[in-house]
Amino acid sequence: MKSVILRTASNYLLPLLLLFSVFILVRGHYSPGGGFVGGLMASIAFVLHAFANKLENTRKLLRYPPGAFIPVGLAIALLSGLAPVFIGKPFLTALWFSTPVPIIGLVGTPLFFDIGVFFVVIGITLSILFNISENIL
Amino acid sequence: MLYAILSGFLLAILVLFFGKQVKGKLAAGLTLLPLGLFTYFLFLLPETANGNALLFSYQWIPSMGINLDFKADGLSLLFCLLISGIGALVFFYASYYLKGHRYLDRFYSYLCIFMAAMLGLALSDNVILLFVFWELTSISSFFLIGFNNDDPASRKSSIMALAVTGGGGFLLMAGFILLGGISGTYSIREMLVSSAALKEHANYGWILFFLFAGAFTKSAQFPFHFWLPGAMKAPTPVSAYLHSATMVKAGIYLLARFTPVLGGHPYWNYTLLIAGGITMLYSAFHSTLRTDLKGILAYSTIAALGMLVFLLGAGSEQAMMAVAVFILVHALYKAALFLTAGILDHETGTRDVTQLSGLRKVMKPVALTGLLAALSSAGIPLTFGFVGKDLIYEATLHDSLGILLTAAAVLTNILLLYAGFLAGIKPFSGELPEAFKNVHLPDMRLWVPPLLLAILGVVYGILPSLTDASLMQPVVQSLSPGAVTAPLKVWHGVNPVLLLSGLTLAGGIGLYYYRRPAHSRLQSIRRYDPFSPETLVLKGAGRFDDFSHWYTNKLHSGNLRSYVYIIVIFMSGLLAYKIATGVNLYLDLSNVSRISIYDATIFCIIIVAIWKTISTSSRITAVACMSVVGYCICLLFVIYSAPDLAMTQFTIDTLTVILFVLVLFRLPRFLRINDRKVVLRDGIVSAVFGALISVIALEVMNEPTNKETSRYYAENAYLMAKGKNVVNVMLVDFRGFDTLVEITVLIIAALGVYSLLKLRVSAIEKE
Repeated sequence: MKSVILRTASNYLLPLLLLFSVFILVRGHYSPGGGFVGGLMASIAFVLHAFANKLENTRKLLRYPPGAFIPVGLAIALLSGLAPVFIGKPFLTALWFSTPVPIIGLVGTPLFFDIGVFFVVIGITLSILFNISENIL
Repeated sequence: MLYAILSGFLLAILVLFFGKQVKGKLAAGLTLLPLGLFTYFLFLLPETANGNALLFSYQWIPSMGINLDFKADGLSLLFCLLISGIGALVFFYASYYLKGHRYLDRFYSYLCIFMAAMLGLALSDNVILLFVFWELTSISSFFLIGFNNDDPASRKSSIMALAVTGGGGFLLMAGFILLGGISGTYSIREMLVSSAALKEHANYGWILFFLFAGAFTKSAQFPFHFWLPGAMKAPTPVSAYLHSATMVKAGIYLLARFTPVLGGHPYWNYTLLIAGGITMLYSAFHSTLRTDLKGILAYSTIAALGMLVFLLGAGSEQAMMAVAVFILVHALYKAALFLTAGILDHETGTRDVTQLSGLRKVMKPVALTGLLAALSSAGIPLTFGFVGKDLIYEATLHDSLGILLTAAAVLTNILLLYAGFLAGIKPFSGELPEAFKNVHLPDMRLWVPPLLLAILGVVYGILPSLTDASLMQPVVQSLSPGAVTAPLKVWHGVNPVLLLSGLTLAGGIGLYYYRRPAHSRLQSIRRYDPFSPETLVLKGAGRFDDFSHWYTNKLHSGNLRSYVYIIVIFMSGLLAYKIATGVNLYLDLSNVSRISIYDATIFCIIIVAIWKTISTSSRITAVACMSVVGYCICLLFVIYSAPDLAMTQFTIDTLTVILFVLVLFRLPRFLRINDRKVVLRDGIVSAVFGALISVIALEVMNEPTNKETSRYYAENAYLMAKGKNVVNVMLVDFRGFDTLVEITVLIIAALGVYSLLKLRVSAIEKE
């Protein structure tokens, strides 16, 4: 796309949107939001960037192929589920730190589980969209 | 105990990581695992005397009554000793037999999994657990049979074996679930208590049907026997392992295991007698027609399995003793014969009995093995086979159908003796042909294992008391608790049994001298092939193939429009049927919230957008209008306080539009649907579907909702999961497991999309 406005704007929008998506992810436990929506938003941010700056540049920006997020996310989700197993509780029991962290609130395994979902969603959406657009354009 | 079973699976994984070392020197070292297991089971043996059983219980899914319950009694230990003992010899043998093979590491990996699965199968006390191991043996044997995967025949026979045993396994599962439902437990030990109730239950016949389907397919009983000769395409160590001691005996094990639970009913006895009887006669006869060493052994194995089923059907205490002894007898001599056949194949390059002869001159120990094994299979006095055969006749003579059963057993034994001589003596006797002058004795890793087995057969034959109290009596105790059987003896004095033995020997040896193997005989029965179960099954499979071709071509045209069309029509049909039968519609306006100005506005926008979508001829406008509809629905969600839904719907809509736009580049710019009829048809279908959905939505509002679940979540979200957003708490905490599975499914979908696209790219690049 040749629009200078869009290209310039997207450079500033990307970090903002990513920040927003993380915000959505983290607040999920208390107010509307969560890993799934957050992941979708983050992927939209990248797709917007890809539209404005060409796909190759977005790929360069990401540094790793988007598919690489999938195993990372799945591993985080699985590990957060397995963590309670090591102290003898059933799989996926929620564990919480006792002191709340400012802004985020209480931190526990569900948050990490959600972070895993977040990465998986980014990985899936981007790898599908990027591949389709590469094939077609 | 759990570690003993899991060790095989662990080793299987390790072997893959150390592939290079396994292909080098380490292969023979892997023998240590089965050897260690063998020793372990040997030490457990004294504790099972007098019919005691050792129990090992581990929790798995207690809420569904499925636990890792293992029980080691006489029967289990007999099988475990065979599996690990013969396993050790086969591991050792294969390290030379397949030396330098490209995939030796995989081979050992499959073999380890198979062994572990067999051990698990023989030790499980929980039927569901047993089923899991049962399927594992089917799957691992599939890989073992098809090990020479560049040979189409080998691939075909492994698929056949998997299809037959897998199909049987499927039915077995049904049987187990029925059993569990009726007796209220999945534990075989606890089923014993409700044995009488099971036998009187109306579904007893069905249980037997399913159980027999599983056992007969696995143990290659007529008419499911044909996969076993086909499975001879496997490397010989595999055949020796799978078909002498383990895989095919799993069906026998299953029947034996359930004899105290379900046995004793006429259905049980007569079915087994008939199936076993037909199998043993049919395949013993067939074995005499073969000229391929492994073919002969395959058919005589089926006959032996038939004999075991037959004896289980006879059901008396003597028969149980005969079963116990014959399992060991058969495993010892059959494994030895298979391994010998492997040596002959390996050294001479042929397995044709008509060509092999005189090899005793170049490989003495192998000839000795063949001779001893053949004698044991013939049941010559002072071999273990003799003890076994005596017991068989003892059992049949005391049955109410004595004469008939005895005649069948004698005939089978005569033919089996012939087959045994053909495989164990014929290749070594007579003159050594010129072609085999350079054949020499192979490495001791090949000939020691079968020799050990053959010698064991003779040792037990001379001193049957060695196995009696320690091994055989516990087996009989687990087959029919409280049975009192005479101790094993070599000499019973002159009685009818001895006469029958003599008759068998005379008949078999006479047959061996009178009849030389020839290729022509096999040709002569070829004309019956169109009626053989194998052909029928293959034909059935072909029909199924044709049907699925037809079905695929009809329904999967590759045209998205027709897919959606079919799905929507089908759905409408189902819903319309359901609504037409027994749904009373009425609209309770008092429950409906009042229409605000926002609703009205959004509604108008949606109407306009829909109208534009269907009237425009530009694709991009249609997509844009569709997204307007989507966003309007998001707004509705916002108004009716479902912010989570609205957010998700919003982002999803955005992504969908992007996806659409990307795909649009490929499509023609404009829609040109001129055919009025098509437009009308599509219009009607969508109107009907939309109307049905609306009716359902209204109907749902009328249903009194059960708020218990949602109230539970709402009340406990903060107390138990420390979250205020109930939707999110459900996703990541209460139903976290579902989410985990869902993201896994998503990943699989993404992989599918990815590979499909990549496939197309590479296809285009090739052009």
